[in-house]
Amino acid sequence: MKTAAVMAALAVALVLQTTLAGMSLVGSTRVNLVLVAVIYVALAYGSVFGLFAGCAAGLVQDAIAGGMVGIGGLSKTLVGFFVGVLGAQFIVSTPVPRFLMFFGASMVHELCFQALYALVESRGIRFDTSSAVIQALVNGAVGISAFLIAERGPEMFQRDGWRRSSSVRRRY
Amino acid sequence: MLDIRRRTGVLLIVVTVAQLVLISVQVQSKSGLPVFQEVTFGVFARIQGGAWGALRSVRDVWSNYVWLRGARAENETLRKQLGELQIQLQQQQALASRSTKLQELLSLQTSTNLPTLAAEVIAGNPNPGMLTVTIGRGSADGVQADMAVIAPAGVVGRIVGPPAAHAARVQLLIDRNAAAGVLTERTRSGGMVVGSDRDPPLAMDLVSNMSDIKAGDLVIASGVDGIYPKGFAIGRVESSERGTGLYRAITVRPSVDFSSLEEVLVVLVPARSATPEDSAPAPAAKAGTAK
Repeated sequence: MKTAAVMAALAVALVLQTTLAGMSLVGSTRVNLVLVAVIYVALAYGSVFGLFAGCAAGLVQDAIAGGMVGIGGLSKTLVGFFVGVLGAQFIVSTPVPRFLMFFGASMVHELCFQALYALVESRGIRFDTSSAVIQALVNGAVGISAFLIAERGPEMFQRDGWRRSSSVRRRY
Repeated sequence: MLDIRRRTGVLLIVVTVAQLVLISVQVQSKSGLPVFQEVTFGVFARIQGGAWGALRSVRDVWSNYVWLRGARAENETLRKQLGELQIQLQQQQALASRSTKLQELLSLQTSTNLPTLAAEVIAGNPNPGMLTVTIGRGSADGVQADMAVIAPAGVVGRIVGPPAAHAARVQLLIDRNAAAGVLTERTRSGGMVVGSDRDPPLAMDLVSNMSDIKAGDLVIASGVDGIYPKGFAIGRVESSERGTGLYRAITVRPSVDFSSLEEVLVVLVPARSATPEDSAPAPAAKAGTAK
């Protein structure tokens, strides 16, 4: 069940990311929904799930992107694993630590990704700090929003349903 | 019983080494795409097409029936007509600017009547920063690698990698790994535009410091590269300064608005290697460039 949920989340993130990129090239560079999904999985389910989610999502992303297959996979594998490890060591249950986790992991991922490409292509690292920071901030905002929706959504839905049923009871 | 969850370190090492091997295999082999990449791209292109179709259906219902009803369809028709007329106009301009010598050498028919195929952009690149898009036409429609992709405003890019049956990947001209042979319409000075991470996203290289290129000059495809059809607009020179070495430092603002690409035309002419006629500079360019 957990595995199916993780796979579904990654697939949805991938489809959303490519659709967003098809609609707006500029907008798509400001967020990496697949990375957000990997970090989310790592924080929610631990390092093993983070590792496998990062590996699978990264490889598929690489294959679709047309670049070197494995670079995104390796970057996301490392990020997924270490976010899972850190998530188990520290209390990451409030928005601020979660945001910091998303922000830091996004920066590390970008650095890792660019460094691996630089290594393979035998050139210097092209690390655009400002766009990496913007992407990390947006990833953080999307990530904590996802946690809020996942944790409080069902509760709010139930409360809303209870309110509606009690008002119906009052009417009759 | 072995519980893999307790051996996370071993797992990490195994997965990391596997991916390093995967990367190194690709670095060594320089011909063709890996099977994994080809199959995944082919399958995912279908999903991308479906997702884009669903999104377009919702958007069409809203825009055609709720928002504007008939006006939207009329607008679309007019835009398509305008696009076709712009392409015809560019072809006419390319013809007019061509010298008599080249008109004798090249067949007028082959240079103007380009067979094209309309294609819809169905997805972008999932890796932020890599400037490619996926179009909903592939090898089943006659699309091949290295075919040029154009829009009414000018050159968009080229097909990269072997296309799937019903999808192909287009490398945009503004990608940092993209390049095209160009010349300026006014001075006929030849050079090469390359994509960059800066603004404006195109730089024109290999133009001599003696050349008289000014801001506002129209940059068109020279056809030297054997991919992009000659005469199609690339962009306008935004700044042109004397460089420190032999060449001028020129930036070019592309004619195509890459942020809102929806429909493009694939030029169904396979890429060819450069011919001596193509690489011969135009008469006006000879005086301007001193290579």
